[in-house]
Formats: sequence, structure tokens, C-alpha cells
Amino acid sequence: MTLWDSLARDGGRPSGALSDAVRTVSLTALESGSTLGGRLESLRGRSVVLAIPDQLAASLAMIELDGVARRMVLCPAGVAPEHTSHVARTAEADAWVSGAGGEPPSVPVPVHVEACREPQPCAVTRGGGATEWVLLTSGTTGAPKLVVHNLASLLSAFAGCAEELVPGRVWSTFYDVRRYGGLQILLRALLGGSLVLSSPGEPVPSFLDRVAAGGVTHLSGTPSHWRQAVMSGAAQRCAPAYVRLSGEIADQGILDALRAAFPRATVAHAFASTEAGVAFEIRDGKAGFPVTWAGLSVQGVEIDVSRGTLRLRSPGNAQRYLGDALALKDEDGFVNTGDRLELREGRYHFVGRAGGIINVGGLKVHPEEVEAVINAHPAVRMSLVSARRNPISGAVVAADVVLERPVAEGDDAAGASLRQDILAACRDKLAPYKVPAVIHFVPSLKMSASGKLVRPDA
Amino acid sequence: MNVRSTIADTFQAVAREQQRQLAALSDELKLLESGLDSLSFALIVARLEETLGYDPFESAASFPVTFGDFVRLYESFARES
Repeated sequence: MTLWDSLARDGGRPSGALSDAVRTVSLTALESGSTLGGRLESLRGRSVVLAIPDQLAASLAMIELDGVARRMVLCPAGVAPEHTSHVARTAEADAWVSGAGGEPPSVPVPVHVEACREPQPCAVTRGGGATEWVLLTSGTTGAPKLVVHNLASLLSAFAGCAEELVPGRVWSTFYDVRRYGGLQILLRALLGGSLVLSSPGEPVPSFLDRVAAGGVTHLSGTPSHWRQAVMSGAAQRCAPAYVRLSGEIADQGILDALRAAFPRATVAHAFASTEAGVAFEIRDGKAGFPVTWAGLSVQGVEIDVSRGTLRLRSPGNAQRYLGDALALKDEDGFVNTGDRLELREGRYHFVGRAGGIINVGGLKVHPEEVEAVINAHPAVRMSLVSARRNPISGAVVAADVVLERPVAEGDDAAGASLRQDILAACRDKLAPYKVPAVIHFVPSLKMSASGKLVRPDA
Repeated sequence: MNVRSTIADTFQAVAREQQRQLAALSDELKLLESGLDSLSFALIVARLEETLGYDPFESAASFPVTFGDFVRLYESFARES
């Protein structure tokens, strides 16, 4: 069963529509039309990089390519060209779909198709085979990791679940639909409703006005997205029946703020990751999840906390990484999410990431990547990068730096100037969210007996 | 230096670093119309915690919407502690 079959199920016609800031496209337009300009057949059986900046055009291409392409790699907006070429090579891409008049492929491929912004009438043959869906997630060196799903694992959280697919729902999300969290919302909308897409760079109040005008009933975003919505003062302009948080730790502060902003809505925080899939959804308005869920199978998902981090085994798990020696699942067939848990007052609370990965507003930062840049500065002997809790973005990057020659005590100007110099080097080499928010000069860093830096647990 | 001017200086410094055009800081200015993005606000709160020694969001009942709300949040925390 392809995605198109799921939309037009029981011989019916797809009923939903997708809209963004400038246009609305009814899914029925794909019945005898294509955004790929009659070139869908040239993509059959190929490994296709889907690099259309426009979310709506990309969503339509996903529907068309499922069952046709052998493999479809979803590139969200803002992936750097050197990373897309790494992605294309790793995925053994032999076809590329870009936006009309957009960036050309960053590696040579035999087939390059420019997608139209809206479907054009033409004869199409849908389906035929199975398609691997490849999603990108951030890797240690800054290059993305490629995570392989199939349609069944992507739909597993809600397919066949009547209460999840009530017709007439209008979904929307702050996320990019090429990321796992956004893709979940796109697929829910396709299977039983409509979707209002966010636009890159669109101010939050304008997006919320569109959400209100579009009659959105179900709205999803990260806690950071929601904090921005609440801080915009524009949250009350819309009145969704369901408000969903995922992608970062939902603390009690943001849950309470959303309860106050949307008194009539169900406020749910979900745990999901690209590798582990959707695990569970918590609807009681409290941070963390009940201790009684540990060791159980909840909503078809086995939850294990016995190793101090959350491990999950479910039909929603991704299958594997592409081109990476790392195993996606452990010997028991569980995906270790790397999210550390702490038991407090009958609930497990998320307290940060094993391995020190820092989540800045939903974007992952590997400390080693930042340390490498800081350590390249001639005045620096070594550094330790860690997460600092932050009420706006969940966490920010903090760096403890040991200098080759300590700044003389009391010489604040020299310290400030050196700090600025190190930050300038970071800004030059790293994405803005990876640049340390604070730098502390310290006399030394703790080393373990094996000579490794001792990393704080959270 | 008082809390308000420390906050204003931090807004200006972060705006410069992030190469963002900062609107004139009046009490009525809506934070999301100030020209700063979410990362900038995260940096501002982290820097203010360094300078002032506290993060009033931990015990805040609501999120600030305007620059005036933001300053009052920090000032009221300074008075209480």
C-alpha cells in the first residue's frame, strides 16, 4: 500500500488540502496531475534526493514518489550544500528533485527534475514498489546522519487508529515537514484532514493569524516554538482543540503557560525521535511520564528505563542508518534514545542527553564539534562544552576553556577580548545555535583515569 | 548599573553579535517585533544570568510579551531576593 493508496482508500477520493502563506492545493489535483512535469517515470526505481525548498511542493512530491522511487531522501530547508552532497553520496543517489529554477544538484546525477509549484494535468501511474524514506538528523561531525524508515513505520503511531484519524481535522505545525516531527503531522493530515504549513522566516504572529484563519484544530511544535508563540502575545488569536509539544523536554512552565493560553484545548506532550519514532503521548498536563509505564508496552511501544536512559522498541522504530557503521538498534532490538531519566514523585523526568548532546530549541549540538573549533584557537589548551539549561530554548551551549597562559587576575579587559576572539572563531565556523552562549575560563578540567575529559551527565 | 540598563545593554550586544536590526527599546515594544529571534532571546537570558546571577523565568507565572514585561520580570525578582 502506497501513501497515495492510503489517501484514496476504499476507492474514494482524497478529500484534504495543503496550504501555505500564498496558495492552497487540493489533493484531488494529483488524481490526474503531477508536480513533476510528466517526468515521474524517469524517477522510477531510483534513489532520489528531494531537495525542494518549498514545503508544499515537497509534500506533493513525497506523495508522488512513494511507491515509485526506490529511496527518497528528505532534505529540509537550510541543509548546507556540502552536507547535501555528503547525503547524496551516502544515499547512492541517482536522481535529484529540486524546486523550479532552484539550486542545481550538488553532485552529478543522471536524472534531475525540477518540480512545479502546483500539479499540472498529465497522465500518471502511481505505485509499483516499496520506497525507503530517509530522514536526516544531526551527526557528530556536523554532517547529517541518514535514518531509514518505511511508510509502515512512519504511519505506525496512528494508522488504523480511528480516534487519531477523525475526518475534518485541520492540522498545522511550526516544524518543517521534512523533519520527523513535522512529517508525522503531514502524514496525519494527509490520511484524515488538511494541513496549514508554516513558511520559513514568517513572523510567529502572522503564522498564528493564518492558523486562526485556516480553522486549525490541531497545532504542533517544540516547546521552544510554543514559548515563542506565548511570548508573541498572539497565541490567543487562534483556538485549537489540541496542542501538541514534541522534540524537546516539555517542562512544567510551558505546559502551564499553554494550559492558561488555551483553556479549552487538550495539551499533549509527545516523546518522539527520528530513530525511535513516536513513543507515547502524555495528556495529563504534567511534565515527565508515569513511573508505571516503565517496563510496559504502552500504545504498542515497549518502554525500557532499566539502563538509566529511555529505550524503545516498536513498529515505529526506524530500520537502520545508511552508510554508517553505527547500529541503530541494540542487541535486544531496542533503540536507545540517549535521553536520560530521573525518577521524581512517581514520574520519570527527562534530564538531558547521554553523551552530552545538547538540544538547543530542537536542534542537536555535539559538544565535540564545538570543542574542536575552540581548541583550534592558539590561546586555548583545551575545552569542555556542555548544556546550560535555558527557559527560552531548553538549553544553550556553554564552554569551559583552559587557556595556554591564564589571563592575569583582575585583567578583565584581556579576558573579555580573548572571549570575543574565541566567539568570533566559533561564529565563523559554526551554525549560530552551536556558538557558545557563555564561555568561562577555568584553571583545569577534570580528566578520568583513562585520560578522557569527564563530561557532566546532563 | 541598574537592572534596566544592564538588560538594554545585553539586548544591544546580542543584536550586534547576531547581526540583527534591533528596534528602539521602549516598554511597549513587543519582544517578537524587536528584530530578535528565539536564539537571541535564549542568549540574552543566559548572559543576564551571568551578569545578574539569576534567571527569573524559573519561577515566573507567565512569559513576558513586551520589553517592559521583560524588565519588570527581572526587577521584581531582584526585589524579592
